[in-house]
Amino acid sequence: MTDGNGNDHGMPRKVAIICSKGSLDMAYPGLILANAARMMGIEAMVFFTFWGLDIITEKKVDKLKAGMVGNPSAPLPHMLAGLPGMESFATSMMKKKIQGLDIPDIRELVETLDAAGTDLYACKMAMDMFGLEREDLIPEVKEVIGAMDFFQHAEGAQTFFI
Amino acid sequence: MAEKTYGGATVEVGPDGFMEDPGQWTKEIAEGLAEEVGISLTDRHWVVLDFVRKDAEDQGEPPGVRRITKLTDVSMKEIYQLFPKGPGILASKLAGYGKPQGCV
Repeated sequence: MTDGNGNDHGMPRKVAIICSKGSLDMAYPGLILANAARMMGIEAMVFFTFWGLDIITEKKVDKLKAGMVGNPSAPLPHMLAGLPGMESFATSMMKKKIQGLDIPDIRELVETLDAAGTDLYACKMAMDMFGLEREDLIPEVKEVIGAMDFFQHAEGAQTFFI
Repeated sequence: MAEKTYGGATVEVGPDGFMEDPGQWTKEIAEGLAEEVGISLTDRHWVVLDFVRKDAEDQGEPPGVRRITKLTDVSMKEIYQLFPKGPGILASKLAGYGKPQGCV
């Protein structure tokens, strides 16, 4: 185990990240943090629940949208945010920015996490709610688990809710 | 600033053990730094380290993990096998550079 500088101090470090939102702007922070942890040799797991399941759903992962409605930081007047086409416009702007910075798209980021040894879990209850089956999820998902299993897997981890 | 001796050479290191001056780096120092983090350098480690040295020189900053795996034949999976304690920091550290600033 490592202190994040490659040095051993006998103290295991682990992070558990809960992704509960499926918009582009809410998907990136959790995935980037998990990836940063792995790059530093910190153990990492991500639990996808509620709308966060979109991030690991085969039909949705490439189509996440930037959330504009109800977002006080949206770069346009609030009354316009809900107009048709605004979300797609904001999404394509954000994707362009991200690409320009050489940041991977969401699918590549999830594949990277898997290759880096991050454990990816889907929430059983949320899947039941949305009528999703295991085969609806991308193959990188390790297991479908319940909330109590989450706590078991996350023992000793710093936990982030996003 | 602390001084440490690797492979018979004394180098300046910062508080986290990263070399202060990449110009002082030698292959013997890399072996010493690797040993300190429990790694015995193989040809595959050298593919990564040689790339980091060259890329950091060209770009002015050490590359992140994604860039290394895109521009060498070392896959994401393999780089984590080579540097299980964190390829993001160790590839750079063993190549004599500081921590990469990028997030991927």
